[in-house]
Amino acid sequence: MTVPGSGQAVVSAAGLQKSFGRVHVLNDLDLEIQPGESVGMLGPNGAGKTTLLRVLATLSKLDSGSVAVNGHDLIRAPEEARRTTGVVMHAPMLYQDLTARENLEFHAGMYRIADGARRIRDAAGVLGVADRLDDRVRNLSHGLQKRVALARALLHRPRLLLLDEPDAGLDQSSLAVLVSVLAAQRADGGSTLLVTHNLERSIEMCDRILMLAGGRVVADARTVDVDLPGLRASYTRLTGGA
Amino acid sequence: MGALGPLLTIARKDFLLELRNRDILVSLVVFAMLVLIIFNFAIELTAVNLDALGPGILWVAIAFAGVIGLNRTFVLEKDHDALDGLMLAPVSRDTIFLGKALGSMGFILLSELVIFPVFAALFGVDILRLETLAVALLASLGLAAAGTVFGAMAVSTRSREIMLPVLFLPVISPVLIGAVEATARVASGASWSAVSQWLQIIAVFDLVFVVAGVLLFQYVLED
Repeated sequence: MTVPGSGQAVVSAAGLQKSFGRVHVLNDLDLEIQPGESVGMLGPNGAGKTTLLRVLATLSKLDSGSVAVNGHDLIRAPEEARRTTGVVMHAPMLYQDLTARENLEFHAGMYRIADGARRIRDAAGVLGVADRLDDRVRNLSHGLQKRVALARALLHRPRLLLLDEPDAGLDQSSLAVLVSVLAAQRADGGSTLLVTHNLERSIEMCDRILMLAGGRVVADARTVDVDLPGLRASYTRLTGGA
Repeated sequence: MGALGPLLTIARKDFLLELRNRDILVSLVVFAMLVLIIFNFAIELTAVNLDALGPGILWVAIAFAGVIGLNRTFVLEKDHDALDGLMLAPVSRDTIFLGKALGSMGFILLSELVIFPVFAALFGVDILRLETLAVALLASLGLAAAGTVFGAMAVSTRSREIMLPVLFLPVISPVLIGAVEATARVASGASWSAVSQWLQIIAVFDLVFVVAGVLLFQYVLED
């Protein structure tokens, strides 16, 4: 189901509220992401970054507010929204006792991808895990598991990528792969919303920076307008650093 | 194919996982065997009480073993948040429920392929008949459907090993009673109509558990 008036925005969210018990994690949060935009999300722990990603991924339900992903209302048409979204969270979300290939085949089956074998081969090639496809995920390093998770998120060619600290714990070669994947996503007109604590990298990889605190967006700027010392000062103030 | 493709994909994935680590089937079968052997030593079964007690012992063993197996299927899903990955698929939550229940039903039926002959041999009860297949199919469906809902609920709690049997066993008791009564009639050589009365009762509860699972599973999964 398409939301009338949602325009071309990839993410269109208004008045998002989410609480866990008495803790308000999302507090009247508004957000719009346009096609082709790479948006970096910064903020202190507990600011609501991961919860926002989980809501957009339909893993968490909102208390109130409205949100559409690629024009699909998340309450009324969550399956259509999921079809156009790729997600990589902190944990790899892979079956540890299956091989990387079996995990990707399972994913291709759930998305009913007709040319699954070819897409798995292509994605594995791009992410540099082609020679490890038949290894059990349990036997792969953290970085390689992240690459397989990214391959899974890209397999169905999503219009929106949601990434929760995709750069955490990656070596230089895995980081280079991540940067090239994000560049390809942008070149294809796809959008990305990524959570990171690395300010330099957020400027390098994104067009736009959001800063979250107390469950709402407290700063929103184009990266071309952002100077790193100023961003660092704001971030340090928000996270309570010296 | 509709929703059947993803449903079978989920069940196939569960079997593939089980092929790898053999956690569920081994624990199901070994636990059921232990229960049967303990009862075989503990209770003096005679020709008089065998038909009355034997089917009860059989289904208690299957139900207790089922708790262990059902717990295990969701522990594997929680490992490294694989369940979240499953929930990202563009299918409804009830498709996930039906896929998981189908896989669990398959595991219970496979374990019964071993448990029933062992029970028949240990206790000398003649239940290896066609009617038993109908009892097994219907009772396993009820156990799997209810167990899938409660397994998903329990796996998010700290005391999941306690939580699943506490939630599951009272709810599943109508199916167990039906299965015990139907099996007793099979063992005593009663007519098909006598067996089918109890099968109908099990089928009604199967329907209740499947419909309830389809309606409730989304609330169990999402936070």
